[in-house]
Amino acid sequence: MAKSLFDKVWDAHAVRDLSAGQTQLLIGAHLIHEVTSPQAFGMLRELGLKVHMPERTFATVDHIVPTDERAEPFSDQLADAMIKELRRNCEEFGVTYFDIASGRQGIVHVVGPEQGITQPGTTIACGDSHTSTHGAFGAIAFGIGTSQVRDVLATQTLAISKPKLRRINVDGELQPGVYAKDVILYIIRKLGVKGGNGYAYEYGGEVFDRFNMEERMTVCNMSIEGGARVGYVNPDEKTFEYLKGRPYSPKGKEWDAAVERWKALASDPGCAYDDVVNFRAEDILPSVTWGITPGQGVFIDETIPDPDEVGEAERDAVTEALEHMKLKPGAPIKGTPIDVAFLGSCTNARLTDFQEVARYLRGRKVASGVKAIVVPGSMAVGKICEELGIDRVFKDAGFEWRGAGCSMCLAMNPDKLVGDQLCASSSNRNFKGRQGSPVGRTILMSPLMVAAAAVTGEISDAREVFGIESPTLVGA
Amino acid sequence: MALEKITKVEGKAVYVPGDDIDTDRIIPARFMKCITFDGLGEFAFYDVRKNEDGSDKKHPLNDPRHAGATIMLSGSNFGCGSSREHAPQALHKAGFRGIVAESYAEIFFGNSTTLGIPCFTAGRQQIRELAAAIDADPELTVELDVENEVIRCGGKEYPGALRDSARNSLLSGRWDPIAELIEGTEQVDELARRLNYV
Ligand code: SF4
Repeated sequence: MAKSLFDKVWDAHAVRDLSAGQTQLLIGAHLIHEVTSPQAFGMLRELGLKVHMPERTFATVDHIVPTDERAEPFSDQLADAMIKELRRNCEEFGVTYFDIASGRQGIVHVVGPEQGITQPGTTIACGDSHTSTHGAFGAIAFGIGTSQVRDVLATQTLAISKPKLRRINVDGELQPGVYAKDVILYIIRKLGVKGGNGYAYEYGGEVFDRFNMEERMTVCNMSIEGGARVGYVNPDEKTFEYLKGRPYSPKGKEWDAAVERWKALASDPGCAYDDVVNFRAEDILPSVTWGITPGQGVFIDETIPDPDEVGEAERDAVTEALEHMKLKPGAPIKGTPIDVAFLGSCTNARLTDFQEVARYLRGRKVASGVKAIVVPGSMAVGKICEELGIDRVFKDAGFEWRGAGCSMCLAMNPDKLVGDQLCASSSNRNFKGRQGSPVGRTILMSPLMVAAAAVTGEISDAREVFGIESPTLVGA
Repeated sequence: MALEKITKVEGKAVYVPGDDIDTDRIIPARFMKCITFDGLGEFAFYDVRKNEDGSDKKHPLNDPRHAGATIMLSGSNFGCGSSREHAPQALHKAGFRGIVAESYAEIFFGNSTTLGIPCFTAGRQQIRELAAAIDADPELTVELDVENEVIRCGGKEYPGALRDSARNSLLSGRWDPIAELIEGTEQVDELARRLNYV
């Protein structure tokens, strides 16, 4: 019988049924970081348990690390205590730890793939909701809470219910200046921020076939913003190409065998889905959010909604969002002045994200009064950008070039918005207070749109700012 | 590890209106710089409860009439966003033992169940009625009957739903799955060997 990748991976990893009706699911790779793991290790100690498969557990530090002064001790004592705790836990329990000294540190969802830990057909868990990122490789990856981190540490398994499966096709061709970020913001807007509750998403279609691995990661990353805990793309030659030669990828004969195995994992033609949704690439334009959920967005040429003109069901939410964002109902979103431009996060801080921006940024300057920072997703991304001179392009334009970490995506380190600053951000969440100031404001967009906003000092259409030819602009 | 069987929770209630209340709102990230969950209770909903100078804003959780509430009522997609267990931990430490909302984000739902917090779903209309009842008389007790999936308040009954796996685990005292997961260790190791994992 034709089977989906999801079913194949789930069935292969199901240990047994649990009494309450959930499944005990084996986890192939467990990724941990400093914020959601210390309590889990504390619980292990309390229960007198060990890490069951330390060789399948990998740690890094990303959420709290400073991106400027990176030598320990950190000036923030609480952050310093957390990093010391993580080191102690990894040493005591025999867990591999990619710290700053290793040169492999970075955001956990950038590090996993880049080290070759993320592989097709495996299951991955991490105490972080953007674990869905790893699905770009045809892995089934779950964001989990801290008690579940404890469960995986102690048993290498999770108690979990099987979700339903929705196939999302995006066919056709994206217009120039439209990116993976725009695709996922569009999907979230169309299906709603809770549309994916109870579902795993399988993304496919011509657009995904053409996407490189980093673009696939951008989309899978934000599955959770649409409510789906799991999102994935079937593995193909691009997947194998990306993984070849990575530190934890299989080598030699084992590599060939692995590729054969991985090829057989893709969803079989004609397999069953609980739901199928089809989108056209041509309908998607550069997008920005205007509100306080990732689903509150518009295309760059559209206007900010007016609470009086939306349906009753949405009215309160729109009013609350606009109050927080201090935006005028009915006004164009384009031209909204910004204070900060942030290029970073596990959504959009990989090599190709920065390469694409650098292509257009050369010779341009950040507008006066705008604070612009670039935070590579990992030390490895930072290093290769420096080798290629990409860092120079950013620095010459007036961006600050930082060390790797989550930084202003959630502002647990010193990088924060101040007061009601408005930030053009390549990250994934625009919740109230997300970027460190309770009254701070976030507008989500693609990296190139962030660069356009940085250069003009206001929310702008990157296609106009950087002279990108677009069929819809011709004669407009 | 025998856990308490949770057949019902009851107490005073408070209504925190709004849809898509995310876990950043429930516990802002800066309070997660901690290595235990112990002190989180006082920071629950901090940024919507407090002004920047630390004084109280007008917020249901600051309303003395609802002080000591153990049941929280809210809107749809409650607990969306970050997977941080710090969110249900903060609510638990703040004294909450049950939640009634129109719907939940999945990770939050699982995290809460693992802490023994029943997350009931109810219709928008029912939640508004409950909110109106406790607003009129904040001393009213709201009871979440896990066994019968019923919400009782002021002599009235409202249908409330709880996912089967959560209901079973609460009723059987297996809402924290660790003991049962450990029981499966032999099978786990065998499967890992078969999958060439070890
Ligand atoms: S970059 Fe942001 S979303 Fe990604 S793991 Fe870090 S804090 Fe979470």
